[in-house]
Amino acid sequence: MTRIYKHRLFWPLVALAALLLACTIKRPDILGITVLDGHLFGAPIDILRNSAPLLLVSLGMTLVIATRGIDLSVGATVAIAGAVALTFIASSDHPASVGTALGAIIVALGLCFILGCFNGMLVANFGIQPIIATLILMTAGRGVAMLITNGQITTVASAPFSTLASGFLLGLPVAAIIAYGVYLVVALLVRRTALGMLLEAVGINPEASRLAGVKSKTLVFTVYALCALLSGLAGLIFAANTMAADANNAGLFIELDAILAVVIGGTSLAGGKFNLSGTLVGVLIITTLSLTVTVLGISPLVTSLFKAIVVIAVTLMMSTRLRTMLAGLRERRRFQEVSA
Amino acid sequence: MSTATATIAKSASRKLSLDRRYLPVLGTIIVFLLMLVIGGVRYENFLSPAVISNLFINNAHLIVLATGMTFVILTGGIDLSVGAVLALSSVITAALLQAGVPLILVLPIALLAGSIIGLGMGVMIQYFDVQPFVATLAGMFLARGLCFIFAPESVPIRDEGFIAITNWGLSTGRWRITAAVVIALIVVACAWWILHRTRFGRTVYAVGGGESSATLMGLRVARTKVTVYVISGTCASLGGILFAMFSRSGYALTGVGMELDAIAAVVIGGTLLVGGMGFVLGSVVGVMVLGLIQTIITFEGTLSSWWTKIVIGVLLLIFVILQRILSLRRT
Repeated sequence: MTRIYKHRLFWPLVALAALLLACTIKRPDILGITVLDGHLFGAPIDILRNSAPLLLVSLGMTLVIATRGIDLSVGATVAIAGAVALTFIASSDHPASVGTALGAIIVALGLCFILGCFNGMLVANFGIQPIIATLILMTAGRGVAMLITNGQITTVASAPFSTLASGFLLGLPVAAIIAYGVYLVVALLVRRTALGMLLEAVGINPEASRLAGVKSKTLVFTVYALCALLSGLAGLIFAANTMAADANNAGLFIELDAILAVVIGGTSLAGGKFNLSGTLVGVLIITTLSLTVTVLGISPLVTSLFKAIVVIAVTLMMSTRLRTMLAGLRERRRFQEVSA
Repeated sequence: MSTATATIAKSASRKLSLDRRYLPVLGTIIVFLLMLVIGGVRYENFLSPAVISNLFINNAHLIVLATGMTFVILTGGIDLSVGAVLALSSVITAALLQAGVPLILVLPIALLAGSIIGLGMGVMIQYFDVQPFVATLAGMFLARGLCFIFAPESVPIRDEGFIAITNWGLSTGRWRITAAVVIALIVVACAWWILHRTRFGRTVYAVGGGESSATLMGLRVARTKVTVYVISGTCASLGGILFAMFSRSGYALTGVGMELDAIAAVVIGGTLLVGGMGFVLGSVVGVMVLGLIQTIITFEGTLSSWWTKIVIGVLLLIFVILQRILSLRRT
């Protein structure tokens, strides 16, 4: 029992269960899944699909945070990816063809990769603090996205491109398959090879790991490039969902949600040990929270208040200080019982 | 003779090394003057009293935010909540005034809201080891959520006393100064005095320079670290009142992303984000630089508003690399 209680994912999972419980109390049938036209429908499937962009961004963010960094520019990257892809499709001769959609995806991801390399260069090669280095792109990025869309909300109609968000494959939403597929690949890559350990080494002590022969600069650079690439993919899913490139609002605050997901999942912002399964739980909590708020009939505008409560509760419950305080209380009570 | 030259050389070099502390701020001032000159040459009426006065009037709230942020960043922390706290205090001010609460009560309540949120964040950071980034992020979400609970829609302010303060202003010729600007400048003066003339101010620099050494020196690190977040929260809610004066309304969605403007102003103003080095007056010049970018883009006319963001980003990049080179040369 104490082992379960002390598990690092105990409190996040309790929070997730509480949110789902609140939903089921209000609407008992909410967790049911129905089959329509061979596709699965239902709230759990919605959660899976809605969590796709956040999961991709948080995945990159976890790896960045593991190296003692942070990437604030992911929201701007999301906006740029959508702007580039949809502008590319809008300006092509055959907007509805598969080739155009593929071209748009490749161009958008390519640009995001370059932006990630810019971040990586500032952090790894110039040694600039990650929070400031990525603040530059965060500020300028939305301006760049506006520049690409010329300040307008570009809307296009391209069936192959919109499949990214609204399509189904084997009964499951394509967006979820992409995001969870990428998650699995990255998780295997990081945990079944030495890569994850090397990342943690860089995060715990960059200098020592460099002396031990770890190519910390290359690793840090790669992590930022990967994070931007994943954010770009998230941006494509966002854009495909609405088929409109909104440079101002696409991916707004997603950097904060992603950092929140990572922190709720038990990865410390101080770098070092990271926890991909925790990030997944964090992402699910944040996505479920929006659902719970809607189901409970609370104005979605107040969602941020509940986010604050969840963050404060989870971070406080995970803080060692509160744990030792509680443990001390229990210990004292037991001592009083014994002496009585 | 030779000893004399040696002494002169020594004192000269000492002067230089002392100056290095001021170099980032000097860079900011040069950029500011350069922008003034470029604007003055390119556009008619750019260097007019009205433009310069408006620079202060339009950015009074941001000056106050950046001042509070400077305290936090000097200790090596960060405060992401200021934009949301600004909105919260402007919403509280507007909502309470609409409900008929007297002005003399409304202003302290609005101010206190920011102080309390700041205190909560400071306690989370200092006593529960929550990262400043996460704790203030939670503060931001909390404040933004509370805004919508108080007033989901924009609330106009019609209180006569409040409007009287808003309309108060001094003008000589075309120079104009409003109550908001006066308050902002008083805040800056107080901040300068606190940082450079009090024990608390020196502790702030010491904590930013090295927390463990400050603790070993017997300084009150814990109290100082909590206090800077209270200061920043209070400044943010004061900024909210100033913003309410500026817009004569309270709206839950004001100040979205304003924390980034404040951080950018502090960084452009030459304060190192690792803490321990920087000046509150630099942050004020940083705000002026941001405001001037906006003014120049308005004067240019053909440039779209999104260029503001791009130019701020490029300026940030230049300043950050400049600071990096400076700190590399120092070590």
